Amino acid sequence: MNQYDAIVIGAGHNGLTNGAYLAKAGLKVAVLERNPYIGGATVSRELHKGWYYSNCSYVASLLRPEITRDLELPRHGLQVVPFGGGATFMRNGDHLGSYSDHDRHYREIARHSKRDANAYDRYVSDTSRQTKLIRPYLLKTAPDPTSLKPRDLRDLVDFARSFTSMGEEGLLDTIKFWTGSVGDYLNEYFETDVLKAHLAGSGIIGTALGVYSPGTAYVLLHHYMGDVDGNVGAWGFARGGMGAIADALSKAFQSYGGDVICDANVDEIIVRDGQAKGVALKDGTEYHADIVVSNLDPKRTFLDITNPKDLPEDVLQKARNFKIRGSSGKLNIALDGLPIFNGLDPRSRLMAGDLHFSDSLERQERAYDDWKNGTWSKDPYLDMMIPSLTDPTMAPPGKHMMSVFVQYAPPKIEGRDWTDEDKDGFEKSVLDQISNYSPNFRDLILHCETRTPREIEAEVGLTEGNIFMGELTFDQLLFNRPFPGYAQYRGPIKGMYMCSSGTHPGGGVMAAPGANAAREILMDLKRPNTVPGGYADD
Amino acid sequence: MNAPQRDTMLLPTPFHSRVEAMCELNDWGNWMGYTTPNAYFDVELEYFAIRSTTGVFDLSPMNKYRITGPDAEAFLNRMVTRNVSKLGVNRVGYAVWCNDAGEVMDDGTIFRLGEQDFRLCSYQRADDWLHWCTLGFDVTISNESEDIAGLAVQGPTSCTVLKLLGCTDLDQLKPFGIAHFTFEGAPMMVSRTGFTGDLGYEVWVAPAQAEALWDQLFELGRDYLIKPIGSYALDIARIEAGFLQAHVDFVPSEEVVRNGRTRSPFELGLEWLVDFSKPLFNGRAALLAEKARGSRYRFAMLDIEGNKPAEHSFIMKGDKVVGTVTSAAWCPTVKSNLAYAQIEMPHGAVGDQLTAEIYYQRELHWTRLMAPCKVIDGPLFNPKRRRQTPAPPF
Repeated sequence: MNQYDAIVIGAGHNGLTNGAYLAKAGLKVAVLERNPYIGGATVSRELHKGWYYSNCSYVASLLRPEITRDLELPRHGLQVVPFGGGATFMRNGDHLGSYSDHDRHYREIARHSKRDANAYDRYVSDTSRQTKLIRPYLLKTAPDPTSLKPRDLRDLVDFARSFTSMGEEGLLDTIKFWTGSVGDYLNEYFETDVLKAHLAGSGIIGTALGVYSPGTAYVLLHHYMGDVDGNVGAWGFARGGMGAIADALSKAFQSYGGDVICDANVDEIIVRDGQAKGVALKDGTEYHADIVVSNLDPKRTFLDITNPKDLPEDVLQKARNFKIRGSSGKLNIALDGLPIFNGLDPRSRLMAGDLHFSDSLERQERAYDDWKNGTWSKDPYLDMMIPSLTDPTMAPPGKHMMSVFVQYAPPKIEGRDWTDEDKDGFEKSVLDQISNYSPNFRDLILHCETRTPREIEAEVGLTEGNIFMGELTFDQLLFNRPFPGYAQYRGPIKGMYMCSSGTHPGGGVMAAPGANAAREILMDLKRPNTVPGGYADD
Repeated sequence: MNAPQRDTMLLPTPFHSRVEAMCELNDWGNWMGYTTPNAYFDVELEYFAIRSTTGVFDLSPMNKYRITGPDAEAFLNRMVTRNVSKLGVNRVGYAVWCNDAGEVMDDGTIFRLGEQDFRLCSYQRADDWLHWCTLGFDVTISNESEDIAGLAVQGPTSCTVLKLLGCTDLDQLKPFGIAHFTFEGAPMMVSRTGFTGDLGYEVWVAPAQAEALWDQLFELGRDYLIKPIGSYALDIARIEAGFLQAHVDFVPSEEVVRNGRTRSPFELGLEWLVDFSKPLFNGRAALLAEKARGSRYRFAMLDIEGNKPAEHSFIMKGDKVVGTVTSAAWCPTVKSNLAYAQIEMPHGAVGDQLTAEIYYQRELHWTRLMAPCKVIDGPLFNPKRRRQTPAPPF
């Protein structure tokens, strides 16, 4: 009854993707979910009647098109709809808008600086060059430089070849990108505060680092390497909310015969004689399988649901030291109408994109100072969207749903747990900032869901509320993700695997970790591979 | 005033003042001698209006012919290959028509407005052929292209928006049905038809009502995220939905100069439109002979590996060229790489594995790609809402 070939812990998008590819290969697979609903952080919930909140992840771009097509996710109901527009509002009443037409965008930047408007083209090609280096590795297992296996050697040679073919300038850029700060990087191109701040946001989202912290340039890249229908860097909404991604993956998984079991809270991975044998739930139920795949973050996987006696000491140590610092919170707001922003026609297309209020790197860095001081940012960086301007299913006609990603929010307040008063203070700092730019905003609020790292960890199970399941810094990327020696999805116990965003290539609703892990498992089982290769990125 | 006399090469459609106001990209094309937008603001977003909200396309330049009289049905039955007798009043049928050699002249839609009253919408101008064919039939043909303005209103929220416009119970209208309403005191006809493969309608009014129709539609549709769409966005939608385009997927036979370049309905995958139970229709004998003899080509819909559209590609079976692509697109909703091809018989049957020779250029560097592809038996995009009655809420 409870006997399977493989058990996947956690019905987030990576767990479901992993399950789908294993089931497609003919394995009998169960995906276990602690919550009564699936999705993990890829979820939509109707928390106010008529309004659907994508209450964790809120935009899609990195979801691998190869997986979408291969698992026939559109047939299972998934539609990713790109959005246009976006703007950063300035304290002086002006704004910087984002236009899809190249020359219209030039004119918009030129209002602030002609030189920056022109330099923007150079910035785009330099950044694109860097994304080209990484994109081919998204649907591949990261090669291990300490390994002598032919596959690792071959992939390393390939990587070295594309790396060195960039030339001296390109190499320097690459190193800057992997180690530098987004602030320093942008300072090399631009003179306008608002433009730099507008672009720098992507370098800090989900990361407990400031715009001048080394490592944030890569995070910018991470947000830039996705695509919607081949438009690299474009972002979209899953129609019906992010939960549509999990729902479609779940249907695909079930179409291959997989079982999704909700309300199944895993207590421990069962290990016998060094071999994974299944899982035991907190209610005592057991599910048995020789393959156990954890879609939990590395800390929860090794420090929570695995018995330390079954683990080598170095893994425990690495798990303890794994950086998974909470840095962000989220407000999901039901609005009675469309808010009006100072200086912008409410019919403007810019309204449909990502909206921000931090108009200088200085303000963004100060927001990070608050995090370091153990409190939420008093002048936070917001990544705000009104998805109901693109997707008519998110709110009743004429009403709107607003998703506000908030940076920074520390996992603990001055070393102690968040209280409800702290949460109110956090919420107020966000609402105050939006109100400063929108006179009618407060009056339109019908319902507001506020999530600090405390709520995100408790409801979704992301340690410290870290949205990427581990910082995206070089020491935790590629062959170092989650830790050196364990970056190819295999755990330290025979039959135990990892498939979460805590593994290569990281978070952002890519589904690549889940697919890559499935390919490794099938290889170990000597089964034919069911996971598609990546599209050539040329 | 010494300005030289200026001829107007391209005409405005009845919606032009409104179209122009919304055409932010100023990207214009020429359709049947009318100024029509290729794109309004962003091709990608316009395409997604069709699939996620409502897209509005000005189809006024479409050729429209009124065919009336006691022999109207018999006349059309003689002209087109499908059986028009089976088309009820207030129903629309897709049709092709051939010359005596069984070569496709054009495709279009037949609206049956009454027992003896039809409207034919055709891609090509058809005055000459229609009059040619009337010999012996008691029918009247009139070209009403300029008398009717039309908008395609397509997408999941289209029904809701049109109901707000006064199209009561429109959700009850079946696919290919016609309903009649009043707009600003004048007749407004709505058909559940379109070129997008989605839930959608075409709205027909007199030119005098055109601007008011546009204004009200966009006013009422605002909360349902209505957007204007140009021909580029429509083209992606029509390829994704499996619709042929004259001059792209076949050459109208009257324009063909070189031998062998025409196509029969069979060669375009339109066998279902040919009804041999009719005793006589243009091209019947030739098509019967073709059916006995076998066709030269097969229309194939190809699902191609990778994400490079197979535009103008040769299609290979092994080392041999067996066909060419006529339309190709990356389909953004089904996330697949689709192409239509003309394949030499006997190749191209459903399930056949072929190879597309794709050329693409990046920064002046050309790459040749041999992409495996498979013949599929229909478009991958085929949502339930396209067929559902009552039309579902979005």
